[in-house]
Amino acid sequence: MKTPEEVYNILKEKFGEDVILSYDDSQPVEPVISVDPLKIHEVGKFLRDDENLLFDSLMVLSGVDDFNGKKVKDEEGNLKEEGRTLSVYYNLHSMKLNHKVLVRVSTPIEDPKVESVEHVWRTADWHEREAYDMYGIIFLNHHDLRRILMPDDWGERYPLRKDYEDPEYYNGMKVPY
Amino acid sequence: MALKTEELVLNMGPQHPSTHGVLRLLVELDGELVVNVKPIIGYLHRCFEKHCEALSYNQIVPYTDRLDYLASMSNNLSYVMGVEKLMGIQVPERVEYIRVIMAELQRIASHTVALGTYGLDIGAFTPFLFLFRDREKILDIFEATCGARLLYNYIWVGGLSHDIPDEFVPMVKKFIKEFRPTIEEVNELLSFNKIFIERTANIGVLPPDTAINYGITGPSLRGSGIKWDLRKNDPYSIYDRFDFDIPVGEGKVGTVGDSWDRYWVRMLEMEQSLRIIEQAIDNIPDGDVHEMVPKRIKAPKGNVYVRAENPKGELGFFILSDGKNNPFRVKVRPPSFVNLSVLGELSKGYLVADLIAILGSLDIVLGEIDR
Amino acid sequence: MYDLLTNLLGNQIVAYVIAASLPLIFVLTFVLFAVLAERKVSAHMQDRLGPMRVGWHGIIQTLADMLKLLQKEDIVPEGADRPLFNLAPLLTFLGTYAAFAAIPFAGIYVGSSTAIGIYYITAVSGLVVAGLLLAGWASDNKYSLYGAMRTAAQIVSYEIPTAIAILTMVMVSGTLSLMKISDMQTAHFWNWWILGGPETGIVKFLLIPFMIITFLIYYISSLAEVNRTPFDLPEAESELVSGYHTEYSGMKFAFFFLAEYANMFAVSAIAVTLFLGGFHSPIGYLGHSLGIDWLIPVEQFFWFAFKGTALVFVQMWLRWTLPRVRVDQLMVICWKYLIPYAVVNLIIVGIITLL
Repeated sequence: MKTPEEVYNILKEKFGEDVILSYDDSQPVEPVISVDPLKIHEVGKFLRDDENLLFDSLMVLSGVDDFNGKKVKDEEGNLKEEGRTLSVYYNLHSMKLNHKVLVRVSTPIEDPKVESVEHVWRTADWHEREAYDMYGIIFLNHHDLRRILMPDDWGERYPLRKDYEDPEYYNGMKVPY
Repeated sequence: MALKTEELVLNMGPQHPSTHGVLRLLVELDGELVVNVKPIIGYLHRCFEKHCEALSYNQIVPYTDRLDYLASMSNNLSYVMGVEKLMGIQVPERVEYIRVIMAELQRIASHTVALGTYGLDIGAFTPFLFLFRDREKILDIFEATCGARLLYNYIWVGGLSHDIPDEFVPMVKKFIKEFRPTIEEVNELLSFNKIFIERTANIGVLPPDTAINYGITGPSLRGSGIKWDLRKNDPYSIYDRFDFDIPVGEGKVGTVGDSWDRYWVRMLEMEQSLRIIEQAIDNIPDGDVHEMVPKRIKAPKGNVYVRAENPKGELGFFILSDGKNNPFRVKVRPPSFVNLSVLGELSKGYLVADLIAILGSLDIVLGEIDR
Repeated sequence: MYDLLTNLLGNQIVAYVIAASLPLIFVLTFVLFAVLAERKVSAHMQDRLGPMRVGWHGIIQTLADMLKLLQKEDIVPEGADRPLFNLAPLLTFLGTYAAFAAIPFAGIYVGSSTAIGIYYITAVSGLVVAGLLLAGWASDNKYSLYGAMRTAAQIVSYEIPTAIAILTMVMVSGTLSLMKISDMQTAHFWNWWILGGPETGIVKFLLIPFMIITFLIYYISSLAEVNRTPFDLPEAESELVSGYHTEYSGMKFAFFFLAEYANMFAVSAIAVTLFLGGFHSPIGYLGHSLGIDWLIPVEQFFWFAFKGTALVFVQMWLRWTLPRVRVDQLMVICWKYLIPYAVVNLIIVGIITLL
């Protein structure tokens, strides 16, 4: 049984500040550990296999559009959004030690790439496909990254992004009715 | 001379009698043998998570009804607990008791459908109607309480929409008395029927470690012999006050974790639910069910993941709040969604008829898979 | 019957037509009531009421269904092989109907009083397989094809235990004519073949257990031959939607339906004739005691229909009680259990009859 803070300290010791980015306990319910998106599979494997942690079940994997971009003007005076990120939250739980932790990775929206944890927890397979479907987050090394809920030919549109707009037409059918 | 053969690709669904909704299975067959199965979902996608971002917290409750439409009460409960946890609301005792009774009645109702349709998948029609007859009685109880039979919107943030009527307690007691014989009847007719056992024992064996790694929950996990029930292992509401067992698969007629075990766990769970209801029904304290219902719901900034043991498994809500009237993000972890993902692995090398038996034993509802 | 009609009408062709269409009238009426009975039986077994709206307790529900089926559009799938698709339901019904020609309904009526009645029935009911296989193939639908393949495998396999059981009966009775077999079991029910038939003494008592086994083997295999639960795999709705008739609608579907119910009665009728005294009354005739000659055929027909319907009722009972077996289990039941038992049974019965 470990508190999230202890888990954070173990992780920091093992991976260093470069990978384990921050610890945010300002939240009222669950503190968040931020991790480098390109190292999450290693961190995940450690979290699962270390005998003090044994996070054998990934309860849920959720994609989130942080919608935290700042509007800035570029040289030509056009409004541009900068610094907006997409996040993935991993709610982990250990069935053997009965403790929980919440891990987050953030990735810039222009090039959203996160390492897949599908090989660590098989349940991540469909959750990652869903996050890809809804937010366009690319999960590297995922064996079958296809759309899951939306139709295959929905195009480069990701419905759960906050600035999403319906297409005018889909396969010749008018969409906004 | 070797005969050249090739696999036949069969599109099972989205309209098919036993895919339990609009699920499509892309099945590769070698004769009657299943070589590969790919579930294709999304035919019932209703943009639940997108809608949530535009609705206030209590407006979402009726939408949660439509997730697992066979267990609406339990969906309400799980979501409402999340919001209450985020806002720090402590609900009155009376409300907790009524919620538990409702959730357990709902569990029985959901299991009756699961077991009945499973019999239907195997080809036995009659147990289905026997079980539906008794499910009807539960729906009558719900109707007397909140006016709705399927989608209740009954459990609200901080309370309930209505107090229970006077006839509620006698109705529930009458139901308990009448339901036990039905369990016996179905056991005789279906559970220990030779043909039924032949069809389901040793079929679709799910080993415990695979089950955990795939995130399988609920009766399907317990069928693999793992004693894991959120009502006991991560108690919520007032479940820690009641005395009940967690039935697990024991491989009574075959291997631990086969389809029959998953079926049998559900059968035993109904009895345990009856026990919980019996303990709760006489002890409902007095109080006002609207006492703690907030006038205006405004959750503080933060995140919460709350989960509850639904009839089909662990239903979780991951709620991110940015301190406004609407949630910033609601992610549902539907049990059926996760449980279905194991189907491809589970059914390789079995016959088409077994594929149906395995799918039925996972007990899925497309409403929460596609959301 | 044919001779009687020829004498009465003096025209062979008219006599033929009338003799041939009498079973059709019976089959149609039977199906009309059997479909309703199936629904009512299932309903009452499941705590329901069944159809209640059309007529008193839904008694003319089937008629309404027939009217509905008649009005339905006749859909032929685009990829279907049209001639074969249209031929299949006819062939199926033909195979079933042809079997009725040799079944003795009463002492004075048998469509064709051929000396090899039971042999003819075994042969002609093979046509049904061709019809079902054709339906599955011509529909251009994978479910239909699977259903048809299952049917072919199932019916062909189960014809063997059926044939051996029939062979046992032919051996003990020493004739292939169903009329003669019926007449052997006249007078009282202890003359039924299932109770040792007209044999006497020790042989009769030795025969009884083996006759019961023969009957059970025949009845189980016949269930498989007419695709009833627990052997209804060809149309297993939870796996194959509805098997070989998935693509059929309207009247063509009705023909399959008709054939199925007619077949149910046909196999029951054979069972009745071989084992349960055929058209003979188990308790003697009212016509004899009252001295009214014309009453006897009527009574015979009543007993025949009654016994046949009782067996059909058992088929329905099984259908609404049992789940369905799997393809491989179906074959195991046939090849590993029924056929060896039937063969051993045949040998034992043969030895007993030599006594």
